[in-house]
Amino acid sequence: MLRKKREQLEQAADIRLQSQIGEEERFWFLMRRMARENKTAVISFIFIVLMILAAILAPVLTVYEENDMDLMNRLSAPGGAHLLGTDEGGRDVLTRLLYGARVSLLIGVIPALLSLILGAVLGVIAGYRGGITDTIIMRIADVTLAFPSMLLAMVIMYALGGGLINVFLTLTLVNWASVARVVRSQTLQLKNSEFVEAARVMGVSNRKIMMRHILPNCLPTLLVLFTLNIPTSILTESSLSFLGLGVQPPNASWGLMINTGRQYLFTAPWLSFVPGIAIMLTVLAFNFLGNGLLDVLDPRQKKQ
Amino acid sequence: MEQKTLEVRNLTVCFRTEKGIIRPVNGVSLDVPAGSIVGIVGESGCGKSMTARAVMGLLRYPGKVTEGSVLLNGRDITNLTEKERRKLRGAEVSMIFQEPMTSLNPVVRVGKQVEEAIRLHTDCTKEEAKARTLEMFREVEIPEAETRYKCYPHQLSGGLRQRVLIAMAMICKPSLLIADEPTTALDVTVEAQILKLLEQLRDGGTSVLIISHDLGVIAKVCDYVYVMYAGRIVEEAETEVIFRRPAHPYTQGLFRSVASLREGGSTLETIPGVVPNLHRLPAGCSFSLRCGECDARCEQELPELKETEPGHKARCFRTGKEAAE
Repeated sequence: MLRKKREQLEQAADIRLQSQIGEEERFWFLMRRMARENKTAVISFIFIVLMILAAILAPVLTVYEENDMDLMNRLSAPGGAHLLGTDEGGRDVLTRLLYGARVSLLIGVIPALLSLILGAVLGVIAGYRGGITDTIIMRIADVTLAFPSMLLAMVIMYALGGGLINVFLTLTLVNWASVARVVRSQTLQLKNSEFVEAARVMGVSNRKIMMRHILPNCLPTLLVLFTLNIPTSILTESSLSFLGLGVQPPNASWGLMINTGRQYLFTAPWLSFVPGIAIMLTVLAFNFLGNGLLDVLDPRQKKQ
Repeated sequence: MEQKTLEVRNLTVCFRTEKGIIRPVNGVSLDVPAGSIVGIVGESGCGKSMTARAVMGLLRYPGKVTEGSVLLNGRDITNLTEKERRKLRGAEVSMIFQEPMTSLNPVVRVGKQVEEAIRLHTDCTKEEAKARTLEMFREVEIPEAETRYKCYPHQLSGGLRQRVLIAMAMICKPSLLIADEPTTALDVTVEAQILKLLEQLRDGGTSVLIISHDLGVIAKVCDYVYVMYAGRIVEEAETEVIFRRPAHPYTQGLFRSVASLREGGSTLETIPGVVPNLHRLPAGCSFSLRCGECDARCEQELPELKETEPGHKARCFRTGKEAAE
């Protein structure tokens, strides 16, 4: 009882304090609070930072080159000179994992971000304007969603040709539609709310209402969609690479490593397992971090 | 002649629905003289809010102003484009709503929201806007203005939120403030404070149009009252007069359904029935279905809004001169 009461008091003090401190201080205040309340988010954050550092510092951290073949040591098991073993060409798996992280992290984050921006803007316009604008945007989204995403990605990749930038574009074009749908439905709800009405009464223009009043209210949803889009992007890229449309061998990406390792699943399982676990951990980390941020950043979700 | 902030002449709003055309606002004329508080009172669904929305140009599809005109400070604003209207809203005419809980954007600090209003209509720097906002916060008696400035709406109480909304509406010094049920969601002590604030605004030169179903609110602050029923004005007079001598049976019914401490023990009366369906308005007086004094003529003919005594008008056959005949 007493403890609960004390916690409540502390939280009340928190809220008071928060309103008294500046913008930047407040951010760190919230981060500290997240650190205190949500250990998983902190661990995830550290993991992501380490992953990014490892990707950047790959040449420093590894003794082997990304594409160095060592045919005498093909498919050697983890341990010894090669910490995570070697693949079918005798290339060090750990080295390739770190170099692959560069591609896979970029492919996870950038298209997720781009499709988020594109989908959010189109979704809010469709929902707010309604009528013919809504119909046009949402029918295009429906068409996009109706296609199997893999097929769509293949078609776009064929049309654009290979290369990392084109992979970004492709994944953006595949993923924006679901974001647009969610944002549109939220907009439909929000545009009839009284604060939007109040903004209109004050003479705020439609564009400003969309960008300043409606979109910020969709932010929590967008954050979740963002963390969900990252794994989708990483996995789609791996399939594209497998089909010869994404990152090309001998360069490494995690998806590509899983796919090439597939043939040796019984003799050398680490070839697929290692990048598989890497994808899983990264995806989990982004999800946990997203949830943690959601808890502290959304003013409505603060416990009162 | 007296200066008028708002003149509404014969305003009619039409809704084209599946079952036919309805007129939630039907030939309404009203004046808000400069520096006064005017009230519109009536039951739910009688067209009070619709009138306010029509004045603001905020009608939603399929609502449309089909007749009449709205004059703001002598300027006809009935047929302005959306862009011209936007300039007007907030700057010359503002509105506050019933629900202070939902009328503020939950994810934007209240200070920023008020600031946005002023920066829309005037060229001023961020610092000026902030200073002006804080000044306004103090004017509407928000304690610890500096602290509240950085709060999110959910951190404020209902009364404070309503004050923030009023600050937002008043920051550009509009000549008219429309208050749509400003105190309905608040408790009585806060209500009294907010009403006092509205009176201060009037004394500061802003005309106020209050829309309410609460006769207590009307009695406390209004100088002049319009009673609306089924889209029409059925009675109008100065507050004193209308509370002393209500002429229309509907107004009398409204007064009888207010609990009074003085006549302790008497049963609280109600007006039987509900506001009629606007699709099936009676041919005659729209109150005839619920009126205890209704006769054959009331069912057939629509009474005009006529003077029952100087400065007091009612839409009823049974009052004033005609009743005497």
